[in-house]
Amino acid sequence: MVSTTHEGRQTPAAPIAPSTAPLAIELRGISKAFGPVQANKDICISVRKGTIHGIIGENGAGKSTLMSILYGFYKADSGTVLINGKEVQITDSQAAIAAGIGMVFQHFKLVENFSVLENVVLGAEDGGLLMPSLGKARKLLKQLSDEYELSVDPDALIEDLSVGHQQRVEILKALYRQADILILDEPTGVLTPAEADHLFRILEGLKAQGKTIILITHKLREIMNVTDSVSVMRRGEMTATVSTADTSPEQLAELMVGRKVLLEVDKTPATPGAPILEVEKLTVVDSHGVTRVKGVDLTVRAGEILGIAGVAGNGQTELLEVLGGYQTGTGVIRVNGQELDLTGKASDGQSRRARGIAHVPEDRHDEGLILNFAAWENIVFGYHHDPEYQKNAWIMDNAKIKKIAHEKMERFDTRPLNEKLEAKSFSGGNQQKIVLAREIERNPDLLLIGQPTRGVDIGAIEFIHQQIVALRDQGKAILLVSVELDEIMALSDRIAVMFDGNIMGERLPSETNEQELGMLMAGINNGADATLSEGA
Amino acid sequence: MDYLTVLQILDSTVRLATPLLLTCLAGLFSERAGIVDIGLEGKLLVAAFMSGAVAYVTGSIWLGLLAGVAASLVFSMIHGLASITFQGDQLISGVALNFLAAGLTVVIGQSWFALGGRTPPLSGNGRFGEWTLPFSDAWSKIPVFGPTYSELISGHTALTYIALIAVPLSWWVLYRTRFGLRLRAVGENPSAVDTAGISVVRLRYMALIIAGVLCGLAGTYLASLAAGFVKDMSAGRGYIALAALIFAKWRPWYALSATLIFGFLEAVGNRYQSISIGDFVIPVQFMQALPYILTVVILAGFIGKAIPPRAGGTPYVKER
Repeated sequence: MVSTTHEGRQTPAAPIAPSTAPLAIELRGISKAFGPVQANKDICISVRKGTIHGIIGENGAGKSTLMSILYGFYKADSGTVLINGKEVQITDSQAAIAAGIGMVFQHFKLVENFSVLENVVLGAEDGGLLMPSLGKARKLLKQLSDEYELSVDPDALIEDLSVGHQQRVEILKALYRQADILILDEPTGVLTPAEADHLFRILEGLKAQGKTIILITHKLREIMNVTDSVSVMRRGEMTATVSTADTSPEQLAELMVGRKVLLEVDKTPATPGAPILEVEKLTVVDSHGVTRVKGVDLTVRAGEILGIAGVAGNGQTELLEVLGGYQTGTGVIRVNGQELDLTGKASDGQSRRARGIAHVPEDRHDEGLILNFAAWENIVFGYHHDPEYQKNAWIMDNAKIKKIAHEKMERFDTRPLNEKLEAKSFSGGNQQKIVLAREIERNPDLLLIGQPTRGVDIGAIEFIHQQIVALRDQGKAILLVSVELDEIMALSDRIAVMFDGNIMGERLPSETNEQELGMLMAGINNGADATLSEGA
Repeated sequence: MDYLTVLQILDSTVRLATPLLLTCLAGLFSERAGIVDIGLEGKLLVAAFMSGAVAYVTGSIWLGLLAGVAASLVFSMIHGLASITFQGDQLISGVALNFLAAGLTVVIGQSWFALGGRTPPLSGNGRFGEWTLPFSDAWSKIPVFGPTYSELISGHTALTYIALIAVPLSWWVLYRTRFGLRLRAVGENPSAVDTAGISVVRLRYMALIIAGVLCGLAGTYLASLAAGFVKDMSAGRGYIALAALIFAKWRPWYALSATLIFGFLEAVGNRYQSISIGDFVIPVQFMQALPYILTVVILAGFIGKAIPPRAGGTPYVKER
């Protein structure tokens, strides 16, 4: 999943802050416990002014807790915080803002039906009346957006903006409050690659102006590309702080997980068999009357992984939805040579499952799981009519389901291994393992899998990728949709790129590179398609 | 139907819309801050009772007004304590307050005045006087404008004028002040307000204080209009005001129009006890049920799409 190439590494635009630059932030011995859970244990960090400092760690390693302490959301049990060499008491967010700290949360703290301007001034108004504040903010926003490539329409409503633009509003909010220290929590989780690149350019610009930036992420590539130094957290402790130039993704991964991690997916060349999935001229029109998929043709053979790359929103979601049976379409879809119904009663998810199609949906919170239900219940959803789970004609065999759930979770290394816990109490990676356990264990002929590792930590990513490859090696067909180009490159035996509802082209991973795929993702095709050469 | 009849119906429309408007604005402030306020009805009722009781004892409706507002504020703060401080269910707290008001007013009323739960009738300074605006007499001879001015615009009680002024004032507060921006934000996304370093709890209590005061005014108005408190005299006006609030899409000016429509239906129902269409006579009960029928229609969602404040009804809990 994680690329080990360093091609993307940029030389910093600004002169690197000398190691003698004063410390902007110094945390000494920060500890914080939630009940019996020690979220932060004696954490010490120092970050020099004018640098980008990465904090990396798996989900639940305590990164967010630490930053919440710095932003006044939690009070540390012990430890001191020094900002620009002076000890400060950060009792609440107001105090953090006053100390020059700005935070961009993973889930944006914006009022959706307010304008950009209103969101920026909220809480930082100049007086009782609104108009003077808004006028001042408008001017300052113009200035900031010119300076840092942070252009947004000040009068647009937040709900009309793309996620990338919403994030810019968050950054503008911090800058408007004259933040010198900017903390970004998992900023690229929701961004397209182009948006992420833009964000990093903005961060470089801020750094050049002497701002200090803390970047929390679990993506190694981002750390390698943009940070000057990096701290690694594991289970509430700070395991290492190193200069980015002196480290490697492999070393960081090992520090994060506590053991060696395979960053490259270990797989043998595919041996494709007979076509399992054949899609011809598939067209999907959504409920707003917009054509999302425009006559797509594709084939997935037994024992191969077809990866669909593309920027989110170019029809991949709808493609998966039609195949999974909860969206209607026109065209022809054959599985094992037999045509599927695309409309009507026999086009639902139940019928799809009956035809040997398993589906790991892109959005596991909305479609993959019912978060308030226990893991054992989630592990049978969709297959709950199966005679295996029934005691008799009327009653389900819950004891048996729990037992089966426990076994499946054990095989998929789900932690904590407790089938009675609600799905929402598992981390992202373990939730995904529950979904995978449900779908893969049914031994499908075709696995549809969307964004398999979105919001999943690195140890779990390795495991999930191994499972997908293992399924392929059993001779199953796999259709993989991901917006992570690294993931597509690492897993796919063949790559199709979707743009604006069309397949822009197909490539073999061995014969292409990120640049070429990036061009295809932007709708530019000037090479030969892999299918042509492969058809022989 | 002559012009004077039209004026009289409109005049009574304004009269009947006043308590609805005040209550609707009360609901607007609390719901805009994210507190669902089904307890408007109860606040109206306790305010009507306390103002009626105090106005009778002291002989001054203005002292009654103070007592009414205070009673309504107490209820508002109980709602705040339950739903903001203790993060309880706002609907349950509101419904409980409504029951409490319905029972408490009658029990206390019986114990104080022994009139079966009602207060003795108010008279003289125990009621609001009608304000005759300047030039009312002088201009009354001018055709059309004269009668409109003296019949419709002039001759209401102070609270009616306060209610009408409250509309632009509410708009101004909500959309032109820092407090209004924060208030609206806290009803949409309290975590945005919290991370900006502003207290969500404080803002929501402020909203409930405003709601309490406005409901107090409305309740006192009812007591004054009916010259005393009668059991269950709010007669569902709190709920009608909520329906009007939805109809008004939680906006002050729309709230004015919405409550005027309800007031108009009530006025028509009062004036035309029965209307005959050919041989068929529309029964009086139907005419009087008109505002309630409209309430049902609105609540059933026949009036377009109304998007309530997004954080409405959910207590704010700091997330991890």
